[in-house]
Amino acid sequence: MKVFKGDPIAKGIAMGKMFFLHEPEENASSVKGGPDEEWQRFLKASEKAMDQLNGLYEKTAAELSEEEAAIFEVHMALMEDEDFTDAIRENIESGMEASAAVSEAGARFSEMFSQMDDEYMRERAVDIKDITIRLKNILNGIEDISVKEPSVIGAGELRPSQTMQMDRKMLLGFVTRYGASNSHTAILARNLGIPAVSGIDDVKDLDGAFVIIDGEEGKVISEPDEETIREYEERSAKIKAQKEELLKLKDEKTVTKSGRSIKLYANVDDIDDMELVKESGAEGVGLLRSEFLYLKSSDYPSEEELFKAYRKAAEEMAPKEVIIRTLDIGADKQIDYFNLEKEENPAMGLRAIRLCLKRPELFRTQLRAILRATAYGNISIMFPMIISTKEVDMIKDLLEDIKKELVSEGSEVGEFKTGIMVETPAAVIMSEELSEKVDFFSIGTNDLTQYTLAIDRQNKDLGDFFDAHHPAVLRSIETTVKNAHKNNCIVGICGELGSDITLTDFFLDIGVDELSVSPSKILELRKHIIASE
Amino acid sequence: MKEFTYTIKDEVGLHARPANVVSKEARKYNSKIVVSFNGKTAELRKLMQVMSLGARCGDEIKIVIEGEDEDKAFEELVPFLEENL
Repeated sequence: MKVFKGDPIAKGIAMGKMFFLHEPEENASSVKGGPDEEWQRFLKASEKAMDQLNGLYEKTAAELSEEEAAIFEVHMALMEDEDFTDAIRENIESGMEASAAVSEAGARFSEMFSQMDDEYMRERAVDIKDITIRLKNILNGIEDISVKEPSVIGAGELRPSQTMQMDRKMLLGFVTRYGASNSHTAILARNLGIPAVSGIDDVKDLDGAFVIIDGEEGKVISEPDEETIREYEERSAKIKAQKEELLKLKDEKTVTKSGRSIKLYANVDDIDDMELVKESGAEGVGLLRSEFLYLKSSDYPSEEELFKAYRKAAEEMAPKEVIIRTLDIGADKQIDYFNLEKEENPAMGLRAIRLCLKRPELFRTQLRAILRATAYGNISIMFPMIISTKEVDMIKDLLEDIKKELVSEGSEVGEFKTGIMVETPAAVIMSEELSEKVDFFSIGTNDLTQYTLAIDRQNKDLGDFFDAHHPAVLRSIETTVKNAHKNNCIVGICGELGSDITLTDFFLDIGVDELSVSPSKILELRKHIIASE
Repeated sequence: MKEFTYTIKDEVGLHARPANVVSKEARKYNSKIVVSFNGKTAELRKLMQVMSLGARCGDEIKIVIEGEDEDKAFEELVPFLEENL
């Protein structure tokens, strides 16, 4: 038995025999004709490849959807691309054998895409490799792979046509060496509802072995012993049963037996996760971390890019609320192009709202994008790291100013609520005054704990002193709720404590209005609350 | 010669499916249609070139049409882009 650790890119557990997809050998065909002959061979192979792709298109459109089949239309178009065929022709004319000519041209074009700094564009390199290999296989007389028994598919990286050629009933899961969470492999696995793990360097060696894929923890276990198999069989059955049980609660209200109710919202890191959120049973988005667009790009994102993303979030969730937290950069979240100076004490430095107020252009762009998106759903705006009413006044003036500007430009601005993160002791102490100025609070328990206890949670040596349930933190939360409710200000909790079920009763008791947690935890939390008094 | 700019509205930008749709449309005309973005240019009829521009949602691309059917291409291409990109 051997355990390999990788990255989980699609959830679930599966076990079965590994079928590794070998890439064809780089052997040139033994018979090589003159340029004319080789060119004719290529044309014939290209025709056959087009037939195959056409078939795959039809099959995918029928079995999945036209949208997922569109990739094969792109493959057909790439195969006919004049630049691509010209390159192959030049190679053949310079004396290369057809398959080598295809190989060289394919490598050149896929290299061009793999060097681009856009992740989606880099995925196109895989498409070019795919058509290149298809052509080479035809030229070299290699048959398409077919999986005859239910198998765990292993590969260096999976190409879309490989997976679509296979009988879906034969696919148990994917193990690959390469492929991120938005790769073809990951998307397909999630669509099929099978697990996938990437980042396994030695996947090739597992060909033919009996393996367990653990898509929850990102592990692959080869030749597991009896006990491990039994353990995973139990876990797999349990996961299935639990999932079914929990899914029944998806559209239920979150109310205790005695009638106390609380809203369960989701924390979202990336707009790509919206699908997941919609399936999670969340009653809204309590914290949309807006850093993702900034972290993903190599330069400041444009207002238009930001607007698109916020609009999408608003539209997908409507009429449910989406709380967008403005940029929280600095401290442990650094971005190269922001060119922030190194600080002695970054946790207490130029971060979050402070950075935004110091760089009005940056803040303005984001606020304009958010306000424009308010016309498309139920958006609220939340500001991080507030310590005084002065900051709130500055922000509100700015919002008013931008709103006027947008209206004068002819843009529509919808209704929206404003709120702040309560994550500093100062905000707790000032909570009564602050709650007069905003519609809602969201208590960020991670930072509030760190600042209240003056303990850096990353520092393992401090473990003995740290107490997640320290009375100072719990009392701060209670004070905040009490003060806020005097002014009809809604209070949510969006830190890790929100999903701590040993505290749920306490939160219900003190009157917390909303808990925002990771989407995967919502149904479990709802189950717990429905069962409590 | 006809010239216009267009801001991409399609979420995934100018590659894969949308690029293919637009590139295919360009092949209907005899005119040379050149699209430029970020200092790079591509012939609209050539999919690889178009995709390699790396133009994304929200980016503004410039399109220049030159040839015998440029008036027709211009008239038809603008609404086509609005619809498909």
